[in-house]
Amino acid sequence: MTQAEHKKEELIDYKLISWHFYAGIFYIFVSILAGLSYSLQFLQKYPFPGVEFLSPGRIRLVHTNGVAFGWLINGLVAILYYIIPKLTGHSVLSRKLSYLVFCVYNVLVVGCVIGYLAGKGQAIEWGETPAFLDPFIALGVVLLVINLLTPIFKIRAQKMYVSLWYAAAALIWTPLVYVMGNFLPQYIYPGTSGATITSMYIHDLVGLSVTPLGIAATYYLLPVVMKRPLYSHALSIIGFWGLAFFYPLNSAHHYLFSPIPMWTQYASIGVHVVVYTVVFNIFATIATDWKQLPDNIPLRWIFFGTLAYLITCIQCAVQVTLSAQSIIHFTDWVVGHSHFVLFGTFSFWVTAWVYYILPRIWGVPLYSLSLARWHFWLSALGISIMQIDLLAAGVMQGMMWKNLVPFIDSVAASAPFWWTRTFSGIMILTGECLFLVNLYSTWQDSKRVSSGVLQSQTV
Amino acid sequence: MDFIEKFSGVFLIAGLFLFFMAFIGLAVVPVWMVDKVEPRQEIATSVPKLYLDTYSDVETYKAALRKGRDIYIAEACWHCHSQYVRPTANEELRYGPVSMPGEYQNELNLPQLFGTRRVGPDLSRAAYKKSNDWHYAHLYNPTSVVPQSVMPSYPWYFEVKDGVPQPKEEAKALVAYLQWLGSSVVEKSESFASYIDNPLPPKE
Ligand code: HEC
Repeated sequence: MTQAEHKKEELIDYKLISWHFYAGIFYIFVSILAGLSYSLQFLQKYPFPGVEFLSPGRIRLVHTNGVAFGWLINGLVAILYYIIPKLTGHSVLSRKLSYLVFCVYNVLVVGCVIGYLAGKGQAIEWGETPAFLDPFIALGVVLLVINLLTPIFKIRAQKMYVSLWYAAAALIWTPLVYVMGNFLPQYIYPGTSGATITSMYIHDLVGLSVTPLGIAATYYLLPVVMKRPLYSHALSIIGFWGLAFFYPLNSAHHYLFSPIPMWTQYASIGVHVVVYTVVFNIFATIATDWKQLPDNIPLRWIFFGTLAYLITCIQCAVQVTLSAQSIIHFTDWVVGHSHFVLFGTFSFWVTAWVYYILPRIWGVPLYSLSLARWHFWLSALGISIMQIDLLAAGVMQGMMWKNLVPFIDSVAASAPFWWTRTFSGIMILTGECLFLVNLYSTWQDSKRVSSGVLQSQTV
Repeated sequence: MDFIEKFSGVFLIAGLFLFFMAFIGLAVVPVWMVDKVEPRQEIATSVPKLYLDTYSDVETYKAALRKGRDIYIAEACWHCHSQYVRPTANEELRYGPVSMPGEYQNELNLPQLFGTRRVGPDLSRAAYKKSNDWHYAHLYNPTSVVPQSVMPSYPWYFEVKDGVPQPKEEAKALVAYLQWLGSSVVEKSESFASYIDNPLPPKE
């Protein structure tokens, strides 16, 4: 390790990063268990009937928010704490602040879970965080952003790797999006006007926060784990500006055919350059040495995540057309789509990072490659089965509704699809359990190795 | 690409500018349009016939509606039920007249409850489709009235007296809210009762 690399290592707070990942991994279990229980409601086999604070509607909030805010955001923030100092050569504004934000943020997530179970959820999709916690969350986000933007700001005059572009943009957009989506429809604009803003909020939260953070993470990790340069830097920059310019413009597609003014709904038929540049760039990089795929564990997670990303984006292009919306909106199709985005793409990308970084932090190799393979295949097959199953269910439900079949018949006809969904959920849960066993054993291994691993690592 | 990177500051400002343009174009303007065209409305000006015995004056009725709406949010009913009828897929035959922006210009739609998933049917035309007692039985245990239902039961809004479950205040408020949904439209088109039970054949 050279002197300069040593210096960079010192800028990174590995303890904080591992804390964020531990918290994230904890929440993914909470939220998969919640999702699994909720799916049993659809089989008329809900495990906690008649228990007020475990009412299925409330459990559903724990499931979706646990994945998004507990697991994905914790994971993505951990990654930012790693790549930003690494790429800028500057430390974050204040390490104390990082720990403060970590504690405040995770206390808030726990607070939200308790809030949901107590029936205090807010009726804003993906912003269900209880209304009285929203100002604190907004404050936390702003602190986090200041902390992480400082190093990027310090090197603003120099050339930046594309990950920094994405990270910086996401950090600037996130607080704006959050404040817009959580306060305006809650307190000021009712009904149709509120829906216009909520629709923009859902769209922007995915597109302007989670997507750029996920892409930033992957554009960093891919060359590192492959030990090869990114296929095209130029293409990645074009993709970035494509996202910045076009993405915010197609936001109304969550409420097509609603009483929202129709012209905003037309604007949703969006531009898709963005996506394809990213997908092409990642695949082209992998293609330069695809023989690494079987043995390089993080790489295969990146690969499947990117494949899932491509598929969901093709879906998006189909979904936003009015003729498709007419059938598939309100059905399980949408549920399948969101699972594929949040689990198939972003969770896979974050998991790649966990496999990359936790063994390095602990200073030992991964305990078992075959457990990691099982985890991968169970997750990949599980989510694929769920996806196909729910898309098919969605088309069937949409057709039955359009053909004016009594509603309850469409519910009854969905039963086999819902059974399959629960089954695929169990596959995913099994995979995550193996993941946990593998990580735990790796951690046990690390305790046997002498201390001081953090410093002696070439990360 | 050097070119782009040299002007990164300019581009970043351009990116933010486009975000705000999108916000203005796709949120501020349509919001302003709706608010201009459709004035905000009162949720009720008098107690409906169905509730004359239950609620003495319009203020208590309105308070019950608000409470019902809060329970609707707390139980996340809106994750399984939508609240708008689309002008497509024969929905006006199944549920009732297509939704108009003006219907939603009131305090019970703050925050809005459009919903994005229909595990159960749309509820924006729920008013008077079913009797209060049907709703109580259904909320207490959905499968007792619709055997194949996958809707959760909500027994904690009921108390058992002499072996018979009786609705608590909360259940009454929730059902008052359900009976309110679409009631402003129902006056014009009599009742929606026929829509769900015997849907008409699709239009040519
Ligand atoms: C897990 C999803 C789910 C949740 C949560 C849910 N429902 Fe339902 N609901 C259904 C299904 C499925 C049906 C259709 C079968 C039936 O009538 O029970 C239904 C039917 C209904 C109906 C009858 C509509 C009609 O026209 O036949 C009403 C009213 C209703 N639900 C109200 C509510 C209320 C109020 C809540 C919240 C306290 C709620 N639902 C929560 C799934 C759900």
